Amino acid sequence: MALPQLETEPRHMEAPVAVNGRWAGYRALLGARMKELWREPEVIFWVFVFPILLALGLGIAFRNKPAEVTAIAVVSNSRAQSVLDLLRRSPAQAGIHADVLDEKTALDRFRLGQYALVVTADDSGFHYRYDPARPESVLARTQVDDGLQTASGRADPVKTEATQSSEPGARYIDFLIPGLLGMNLMNSGMWGIGFAVVDMRQRKLLKRFIASPMRRTDFLLALGSSRLVLMILEVILLLGFGVLAFRMKVEGSWLAILLVAGLGAISFGGVGLLTASRAQKIESVSGLINLVMMPMWIFSGVFFSYERFPQVVQPLIKALPLTALNDALRGIILQGASLSSQWMPLVIMALWGGISFLIALKWFRWS
Amino acid sequence: MPVWSRIMQLVDTAIRCRNLKKTYDGKVEAVRGLDLEISAGECFGLLGPNGAGKTTTIEILEGLLQPTSGEVEILRRTWEGNERELRELLGISLQETRLSEKLTVRETVNLFSSFYHYPASTQHVLEELSLTEKADAMVGKLSGGQKQRLAVATALAGNPKILFLDEPTTGLDPQSRRQLWEIVRGFQQHGGTVLLTTHYMDEAERLCDRLAIIDQGKIIASGTPAELIAGLSGHHVVEFAIGGNNGFGDDLWSRLPGVQSVRNEDGLYYLQVDEPHHTIPALLSAVQQRGAQLAHLTTRQASLEDVFVQLTGRHLRED
Repeated sequence: MALPQLETEPRHMEAPVAVNGRWAGYRALLGARMKELWREPEVIFWVFVFPILLALGLGIAFRNKPAEVTAIAVVSNSRAQSVLDLLRRSPAQAGIHADVLDEKTALDRFRLGQYALVVTADDSGFHYRYDPARPESVLARTQVDDGLQTASGRADPVKTEATQSSEPGARYIDFLIPGLLGMNLMNSGMWGIGFAVVDMRQRKLLKRFIASPMRRTDFLLALGSSRLVLMILEVILLLGFGVLAFRMKVEGSWLAILLVAGLGAISFGGVGLLTASRAQKIESVSGLINLVMMPMWIFSGVFFSYERFPQVVQPLIKALPLTALNDALRGIILQGASLSSQWMPLVIMALWGGISFLIALKWFRWS
Repeated sequence: MPVWSRIMQLVDTAIRCRNLKKTYDGKVEAVRGLDLEISAGECFGLLGPNGAGKTTTIEILEGLLQPTSGEVEILRRTWEGNERELRELLGISLQETRLSEKLTVRETVNLFSSFYHYPASTQHVLEELSLTEKADAMVGKLSGGQKQRLAVATALAGNPKILFLDEPTTGLDPQSRRQLWEIVRGFQQHGGTVLLTTHYMDEAERLCDRLAIIDQGKIIASGTPAELIAGLSGHHVVEFAIGGNNGFGDDLWSRLPGVQSVRNEDGLYYLQVDEPHHTIPALLSAVQQRGAQLAHLTTRQASLEDVFVQLTGRHLRED
């Protein structure tokens, strides 16, 4: 509704060379944001390089190794040799390495973790010293006992058979990569929106923007869109890395993965905007962002399954947005689940994002 | 531009406010009843010391702050209900905006011009502000003066009718200040209206057609710089010091012919006089009679600083 008195005349500098359309501001804001991100080496590192390094490090540390040889100590006495003979004849011999040592040395090294088990033979039979808190110690006890019993002539009443299986899809790296992807989407959403907004507020740039005819919705849309562009790169890089470096298999459709990751990116963008809605200083928003993310690093099943936490807190854990994102990503990537079967986590993410965004809009300060 | 439209502009009111008040948190009264009427085509200055309420006033006029009470009209429009339309017509440079350092000068101007329906050509704005050479330099690499010119460039990116500048030259070297004055004059010559705040009296004196002196949230004087100085009792200032000051009372100097007022600051006397050629001989003989020596003597035209000091008893800048 232009008022006639306010026609464009007089133009002081020169006649306008172009007329901007409705979306010129949005496009320029998005372009500027992408350029700024691209020219910031820290952003490239934290968003793209860091998660890959993390995946690489953890993938190597927890790679599936061939069954390890169990080291045990046999206390040296007159019967020590018979223990070794029995073990050598037992079916478990390939997996057990036995050293004969005096009792004190054997116990010391057992304490230091060098040996998983200490065996003492006497007239009454064999005595095992093991630590029930150490899984390899428990395993060694069963293994050695089994071997000694069988070699001494125990007959198994039932014949059993076993097949070895370590297929791609069930390894730790397969569990880890979708979790890292979820965590990365959270990190870059919270920092990419929360930090950027407070930084611009502190620099009075937000105030300068609203002193111009910029549409405030365009500004928020451009911020959100820049997150989506980065999200696509994050997904392709991290999953691509898993596929190429660890022969990971992506069971579900890439489109479904991108949609879920996109919803996650937007959802965390909303939470990021909420944490940044009032803060005046970068220092205060940094603390706030870490405070929000900390519980999710631990509880949301990034590095290990959240099933390990007590049953009573499970509903709370499942209500966290990162848990929802990780569950949906794992469902689709590892099990090939359909988008619709993941409606529950999707709804949780949408609620977090939507409610945060609405509160953020109500609280938001441009100056 | 046809003569009649030039005349229409001069009688047109660009900015008007009445009884403007702003109280922060219900106790700090930053602006205490301010009236302004600025005509189209004028360069108007708000002159005052730090904390006088200049920034609060200009930000209320820019529609960035809500006044506690009072009326504001920009181009005969209130902010309420006309914000989009008004923003298209205003160019604003805030006191301290740190633009994105990772964008180039050209990208920054392009960004701001994208917000306007009828933007100026970026190339043209860069030329006007002598930033063409720096067009592809990152904002982070610019000098203080160049950054300030860029801030004004972003304000001109939308071909505004009114330019608001909040302390545009604070902290700049003399050359950069003069460069900015030229830019403001150029904008004004093309028919633009300028409202600026400053605490530099020379800036106000040389650049502004009219100005208002603000102190503690109120206008204490307004008019053209010449009118304000003419309003002083005594248009000239005689400054002198006595060697080995031996207790002359101020009343001795105020009895000299033509002296309107006497100020003594750390042994330096300021006499405000109408006719220095009558006062100075009398001053010299008075000093001689008492067997004292002049350590220093100058005479100059009264400035806006003297106006401010006479009105408030304080200086514009307490250094």
